[in-house]
Amino acid sequence: MKTGSKQVLPAPERSAADASSPSSPVEKGPAGRRPGSKLRRRLADQSRAYGFLIGGLLCFALFSWYPAIRAVIISFQKYTPGSDPQWVGTDNFTRVFQDPEFGAAWRNTLTFTLLALVIGFAIPFVMALVLNELRHARAFFRVVVYLPVMIPPVVSALLWKWFYDPGTGLANEALRFVHLPTSNWTNGADTALVSLVIVATWANMGGTVLIYLAALQGIPGELYEAAELDGAGLWQRVRHITIPQTRFIILMLMLLQIIATMQVFTEPFVITGGGPESSTVTVLYLIYKYAFLYNDFGGACALSVMLLVLLSAFSALYLRLTRSPEETS
Amino acid sequence: MSSPAVRTLVSPFTLARRRGKVIYWSVFTGVVLLFALAFLFPVYWMVSGAMKSPDEVTRTPPTLVPDEWQFSGYTEAWDVMELPTHLWNTVVQAAGAWVLQLVFCTAAAYALSKLKPAFGKIILGGILATLMVPAQALVVPKYLTVADLPLIHVSLLNDPMAIWLPAVANAFNLYLLKRFFDQIPRDILEAAEIDGAGRLRTLWSIVLPMSRPVLGVVSIFALVAVWQDFLWPLMVFSDTEKQPISVALVQLSQNVSLTVVIASMVIASIPMVTMFLIFQRHIIAGISAGSTKG
Repeated sequence: MKTGSKQVLPAPERSAADASSPSSPVEKGPAGRRPGSKLRRRLADQSRAYGFLIGGLLCFALFSWYPAIRAVIISFQKYTPGSDPQWVGTDNFTRVFQDPEFGAAWRNTLTFTLLALVIGFAIPFVMALVLNELRHARAFFRVVVYLPVMIPPVVSALLWKWFYDPGTGLANEALRFVHLPTSNWTNGADTALVSLVIVATWANMGGTVLIYLAALQGIPGELYEAAELDGAGLWQRVRHITIPQTRFIILMLMLLQIIATMQVFTEPFVITGGGPESSTVTVLYLIYKYAFLYNDFGGACALSVMLLVLLSAFSALYLRLTRSPEETS
Repeated sequence: MSSPAVRTLVSPFTLARRRGKVIYWSVFTGVVLLFALAFLFPVYWMVSGAMKSPDEVTRTPPTLVPDEWQFSGYTEAWDVMELPTHLWNTVVQAAGAWVLQLVFCTAAAYALSKLKPAFGKIILGGILATLMVPAQALVVPKYLTVADLPLIHVSLLNDPMAIWLPAVANAFNLYLLKRFFDQIPRDILEAAEIDGAGRLRTLWSIVLPMSRPVLGVVSIFALVAVWQDFLWPLMVFSDTEKQPISVALVQLSQNVSLTVVIASMVIASIPMVTMFLIFQRHIIAGISAGSTKG
């Protein structure tokens, strides 16, 4: 860390000196005086540095930077693979806006994100809170809660599709067992989205719980002791110590979760196919449909740009917050 | 991992009392039951469901334990779903992405951290900026790029390269590596250079051996990411023969019997779950540590 700030300026000289030192340290002076050799030395250093960098750099250029620029360009073009693109102004945007599924997709995505925050946020926090108090089988709980994360998302989706089957599925069987009315789950337009949120929460909760657990273990025990001496009850300790102490992590995970759930695709694609009645079509699903069903890459890119702008705002916020050094203040 | 004696929300004194003990053990039992029901039971249901007869698996009310444990679901899935092909495809895709990521991300991170390339700051900024751009939102232009690479006009569709090369553009892993390399003191590298080691030699025999923990984390992230991915392979592999297991599962599950689908699901989960169980301590420690250091 100490070297990090110092090494910025004197570097070129030092590397030139180092490189010449093994051959004969006495020649250091003359070598430094001849500008041509110093330049050559630096060129050699640079070409070596770029030799290491080039593979990664090309991949970033091709598969990250170029597509980001291209998304914007194609969103203003009529684009069919194999033929020359034509500029069409904002046609793609107006066409996408007029699609009745456009409104539905955004509504569904935002509802999904909101529900995932409500369901998928309180539950892991409470779970971590309880787990942190348990003094036995700690490793077991951590492994079990993370197990669903390691199951491929496609498998979790298919598994829950089977659970949700209105006739033979386990979900309705469980409801019947406790004498509750059965549900249509993913087959009902009003319950389908919630059902998908449950799947996503089940599958992704493990990571959140583990991160909360780590954050909870960072809270100094003296704080609780002092609060207890002051007569604070259990709930007051949670409210005035636990939550403020983990506020930063809570905010971070909330933003990360928003970014992730806004891009939900696998669950609706595998379980509901966007149905019933477009009630589970998400924005990313609609992008997929535009590109691969309608062969309308201009429309797909127009949608991508909209999603990109919205999510980048959240990402920027996240990066800003994580950069700031004071985490718990 | 902290010792159990560390003070948490509830004081050890409260727990030591009779009432505290009763509450503690009832909460403990409750959590064990809840976890078993919520996380282990679905897995059991999947594994055992594949061993039921096609008849029994759709019976209502369902049977908790198969009448007869039969492996025919698994063997049938192995053949009907062409699992060897798809598993092999996934292994090839994941292994290639892992190797390329280790080679190119490590080299680039080393260059950015220690070799001071011109415009290094700008390049690093550009790489970190991709962290801000949500990957999934860019799949369509990325697909178009892969379908027709600029300048050379080669299509990587239906080729494992379509997984391997974009996997290298992983800003998160590259940044992890760079941050780790930043902490290696310059003196050590300079000492090696004075001893006559070239840059590559320094990287290979000094930097990499010191970086084993971070290389392990990056490896796990790289493998899991490819194994779990769905949308990207769905787009780039239209040829069924080339598809990884995740895509093939969805495409083939339409017209085979339920037990075969379930058995395939179990088989598709085995590699990652096994890896998790083997490396669970490292994986869990990695997730926990990564979060608090932010």
